[in-house]
Amino acid sequence: MKRKAKTKAARVPITWKEVKRQKFLIICSLIFVIYGIIFYYVPLGGWIMAFENYKPKTGLLGSKFVGLDKFKFLFSDATFIRVIRNTLAMGVLNLVATFVMAILFAILLNEIRFGFGKKLVQTISYMPHFLSWIIVTGILHDALSNSGIVNELLLNFGFVDRAVNFFANKSFFWPIVAFANVWKETGWNAIIYLAAITSIDPSLYEAAAIDGAGRWAKIKHITLPGIKPTIMILLLMNVGNVLNAGFEVQYLLGNGLVKRVSDTIDIYVLTWGISQNDYSLGTAAGIFKSLVAIILIVVANQIAKRSGEQRLF
Amino acid sequence: MKRTKMKTKWPDKLFVVCNTLFMIAFVVITLYPVLNTVAISFNDGMDAVRGGIHLWPRKFVLKNYETVLHQQNMITGAYISVARTVIGTLLALVANALLAYVVSRKRFLFRSQLSLFWVITMYVNGGLIPVLLVYRSLGLTNSFWVYVIPGMISAFNMLVLRTYMEGLPESLAESAQIDGAGDFTIFSRIISPLCKPVYATVALFVAVGQWNSWFDAMIYNRMRSEYTTLQYELMKLLSSVMQQSGSANSMAAAGQGAATVTPVSVRAAATVVTMLPIICLYPFLQRYFVTGLTIGGVKE
Repeated sequence: MKRKAKTKAARVPITWKEVKRQKFLIICSLIFVIYGIIFYYVPLGGWIMAFENYKPKTGLLGSKFVGLDKFKFLFSDATFIRVIRNTLAMGVLNLVATFVMAILFAILLNEIRFGFGKKLVQTISYMPHFLSWIIVTGILHDALSNSGIVNELLLNFGFVDRAVNFFANKSFFWPIVAFANVWKETGWNAIIYLAAITSIDPSLYEAAAIDGAGRWAKIKHITLPGIKPTIMILLLMNVGNVLNAGFEVQYLLGNGLVKRVSDTIDIYVLTWGISQNDYSLGTAAGIFKSLVAIILIVVANQIAKRSGEQRLF
Repeated sequence: MKRTKMKTKWPDKLFVVCNTLFMIAFVVITLYPVLNTVAISFNDGMDAVRGGIHLWPRKFVLKNYETVLHQQNMITGAYISVARTVIGTLLALVANALLAYVVSRKRFLFRSQLSLFWVITMYVNGGLIPVLLVYRSLGLTNSFWVYVIPGMISAFNMLVLRTYMEGLPESLAESAQIDGAGDFTIFSRIISPLCKPVYATVALFVAVGQWNSWFDAMIYNRMRSEYTTLQYELMKLLSSVMQQSGSANSMAAAGQGAATVTPVSVRAAATVVTMLPIICLYPFLQRYFVTGLTIGGVKE
């Protein structure tokens, strides 16, 4: 409280003298604002395209205004509905899978008492995060190919009679995408939980040990509650990204055979906007995605507020 | 404290065994696919089609690497990837640091407004097509600059830097000011030297992002092979592999006509070339990204 009052008192009134004194800061801000307007705010003006029949020839202001026609087309298009379903399903699946795995990995790694082994495992666990999706999908493609390790193991242990073509079967696609995300990000996402675990008061563990608590009991009653605030804030930050999680893997691993389950909103935008040159429709689909993302963030934030948890804003 | 001499109960012992097995499985699943790709990259292409190559090549050849390193596109891609990583990281670091400095000044008149202006950009963006049109009208498409100029400032990196700068003692800047130092001097002489660790973090984030991105090359510079990047070339190789997936008669990859290379083996070699710099460097940069993430995660 005291600190707050202090900053309030220190607020400087806008006077010529002060403006002159801060001219370096003001000039820098101006440059940054101009940059921000050009690269982040001007594109928002392009949203007008979604409400007109945009033709590059006539431009943004000369094209015919069509109101909500593009949005009506979107929601009457069975492909778009399917694309929304795919995006949401894979987004939620990825979110849950990567969250659970990262927390589990952090807790279990923390239980390793052998310092060098712990450090080594952790260093290895970050590695996939630094690889691009191109590399990850390529590696995954090799592992799941007909002569890859997965098929080899399945054949050797007699689970299947002949190699499974993982990329031709629709029911495998979502789990493959979730696995790819888990493989790439578990170690990286665990960093923040490990940091949170380190900040738990060690005396709690000592007290629990005296009371005869085993490892499981300690994890359940001390570690998990200790990192709960971190889990909540990260969950909140990621809910808004659920729809953003649907591009690279799906674009790189998708093929004609699994199109019905692999196409996402971003891929839809890309196909209509870039390949078919229907800028208006592509923009309309993009706007829909942005709106849903904002709604998700606000709703998640409200839920967090109600339940008395930390929130973003 | 960690090793209290207490009798370990059997559930605890079981836990330790299971946990160790879990960690071993985790390491194997993480490392195996990568090492397998390395093995394939050193193996004869036609021979690799038969499968059964695990951690070591069966018919050792360097042909795959020769093929990769003789392709003009790969060489151009390597140059461009290095250039965008170096230039992009430098520009982003200077811009984000300066912005963070401005926003972190408590007495700055428009502090909260400028901060809000940038935080908004984290949540709303124009989307693919409006952005493409803006870049096109600015003449950024079909040029190298599209890689480094548009993504220069990111609100996330700015927040990480700002949080760190706000944690520095205010008296440092104040006393310099009393001595007559201007804001630029305070930023470059006093704040920046203290921010080295967080600068390293942000530089690392940006550099990895630059090295790994491919989408911008595909969308904005598709027609310009002189601005191709390593990752985009790798992506083209990957899609050629996917199209011919499973068929053994896909020789003569990459126009070399040599009987011993296949798209799969060439792609493996290109993958190794592309990931080598990152794999060699990241273990040494660990402490930087660990601090960076913890600052970023507890923002505000």
